[in-house]
Amino acid sequence: MSDRRIRVLIAKPGLDGHDRGAKVLARAMRDAGFEVIYTGLRQSPEQIVNAAVQEDVDVIGLSILSGAHNHLFPKIMELLEEQEASDVLVIAGGVIPEQDIETLREIGVSRVFTPGTSTQEAIQYIEEQVGGSDACKST
Amino acid sequence: MFDEEVLRRLDKAKREWEEGPVQKAISRFPERKDEFRTLSDQPVERLYTPLDVQDIDYEEDLGFPGEYPFTRGAQHTMYRGRMWTMRQYAGFGTAEESNRRYRYLLDQGQTGLSVAFDLPTQIGYDSDNDMSVGEVGKVGVAIDSVRDMEVLFDQIPLDQVSTSMTINAPAAVLLAMYAVVAERQGVPLETLSGTIQNDILKEYVARGTYIFPPEPSMRLITDTFAFCAEHLPKWNTISISGYHMREAGCTAPQELGFTLANAIAYVESALAVGLDVDAFAPRLSFFFAAQSDVLEEVAKFRAARRMWARIMKDRFGSDNPRSQKMRFHTQTAGCTLTAQQPDNNIVRVALQALAAVLGGTQSLHTNSRDEALALPTEESVRIALRTQQILAHESGVADTVDPLAGSYAVENMTDAIEAEAKAYIDRIDEIGGAPTAIEDGYVQRQIQESAFHHQKSVESNDRIVVGLNAYQIDEKPEWELLRVDPAIEEQQREKLERLRNDRNNDDVTNCLGTLRDSARDGGNLMEPIMAAVRAEATLGEICDALRDEFGEYQAPIIL
Repeated sequence: MSDRRIRVLIAKPGLDGHDRGAKVLARAMRDAGFEVIYTGLRQSPEQIVNAAVQEDVDVIGLSILSGAHNHLFPKIMELLEEQEASDVLVIAGGVIPEQDIETLREIGVSRVFTPGTSTQEAIQYIEEQVGGSDACKST
Repeated sequence: MFDEEVLRRLDKAKREWEEGPVQKAISRFPERKDEFRTLSDQPVERLYTPLDVQDIDYEEDLGFPGEYPFTRGAQHTMYRGRMWTMRQYAGFGTAEESNRRYRYLLDQGQTGLSVAFDLPTQIGYDSDNDMSVGEVGKVGVAIDSVRDMEVLFDQIPLDQVSTSMTINAPAAVLLAMYAVVAERQGVPLETLSGTIQNDILKEYVARGTYIFPPEPSMRLITDTFAFCAEHLPKWNTISISGYHMREAGCTAPQELGFTLANAIAYVESALAVGLDVDAFAPRLSFFFAAQSDVLEEVAKFRAARRMWARIMKDRFGSDNPRSQKMRFHTQTAGCTLTAQQPDNNIVRVALQALAAVLGGTQSLHTNSRDEALALPTEESVRIALRTQQILAHESGVADTVDPLAGSYAVENMTDAIEAEAKAYIDRIDEIGGAPTAIEDGYVQRQIQESAFHHQKSVESNDRIVVGLNAYQIDEKPEWELLRVDPAIEEQQREKLERLRNDRNNDDVTNCLGTLRDSARDGGNLMEPIMAAVRAEATLGEICDALRDEFGEYQAPIIL
């Protein structure tokens, strides 16, 4: 298992249809050697967590620009705990105001990337967080 | 446009200039780049001369404003007659709150309304639906029934404003609600002016608020064409939109090519159900982005008008100039707004708005400086509106029609964008038309490719974005942002409960039954939708009835 590639689920929770960022990041992650699964639009917290568990991902990247993050993210974190998948690294990006970031971090969202973040910064963060362990080393 | 002898002399002189003084200058001061390119990655020459516009035939390719092929403008006198409509897209929270914002904007000199609906409304869910939790009132106003719509336009006489509604999959229902509010205000339908976006094809591609599969969606659209031709002659039945595809990452020629390919599909659908081209085509309208590359954008707008005129005349045999004349709304490009040093966005918006005005837009939305962070505050919206007013009254660019015409650079770019956009339309025709090209994922893949390419060029500092990858400062975000009160969801639920208690529910059931029958049996759906709205059926109930008959669209995942 030591040469397993980092597996990432890029997810679009809620009704938001802005997927440019999600898709650009997914593509950059693939180029960086990650295995990337993209959920498509309008995913419920249940669908996202089920996909993450089924696909046995190391990372969930949540992309949201609709402002519904304060409702949807806590549900996702709860469901991850219920499914004993709290070890999955959860990161987020989109239009998320600074004031909300601390609260999201408290419920376990590891990092919230704000507008203007480069894809390389996000990739590097993931590599630092999950790339170092034997279970999922980047090839 | 030029004498051949003159061109020959010019060609020789230009070569001498390039080989002599230019080479000398470059050897002392090299140019900043080996190759200059527009934002859309089109090559930009050092200098444009008559040699670059020699194939243009003034009468055939440019003509006069308000005349075929409309390159120089949709109206004869353009802004000398009437300024463009300053139309700020707005809406959040409840109908009461949005109504206050609209009346504020009208007080501040805005000349038309533009309604932003929240996502549940755009996707045909009531505020108390499970899918709506957390989204009610967030990106726009929550509208569940005609009662909310009445509140939204309280004290706004519908015969005196024009209203644009960004609504697509359930556009027929929201149009019906607007019409019923007019009935209740005692305003005759034929006086109503405004626009519904009603452009489902680009929702499948880029914006994501689809409900039904393509076939019934196209039927709903052609039903609104037919209904409005008869009852709302001043209503723009569709706003065929390149904006969202551009925002999703495509280039200017792609924006034009994909939008016109979608427009062709709508015209073909309407013709297929037996509508006469010149009965509905005058009410088709368009919607484009204004990006920051000013010259390229002006060229795009001019090319757009010329292409549409030729498509309508040559491809569809229209002989009504009103069908051939493209009218469009413009919004400045939201994707260029940076969260870093947000005041810089005021300048970006001003440049983009300038491009839209030089390009001859009919109406304009200017984004607010804080929109990379949240919905705009009242102060930010005011600055955005003032930007338009400064352009209109202080810049002088509105006083002569199409002032950049005849610029060797702009005319050359206009031709180049037209040629490239045409190639995309040809490709889509080969695939079998826009709906098939979208189903195949061709359009989506093209957009994603361009978006990725752009991102890479920013990350490699090949493209400078001020404040983002250059000229950064340390800044603490201390912005006062607009927050939508989460209590709104509860208020909408209570309103719905009240509505369901005091309307005549038998009426509602009957109307929804009739709607289902029409959906199944064919026939124009607008009348049964109007009846259901009058009976105060909710948006969700009406859309659910149609979901039962039409099914729901399953989007393919294209990555």
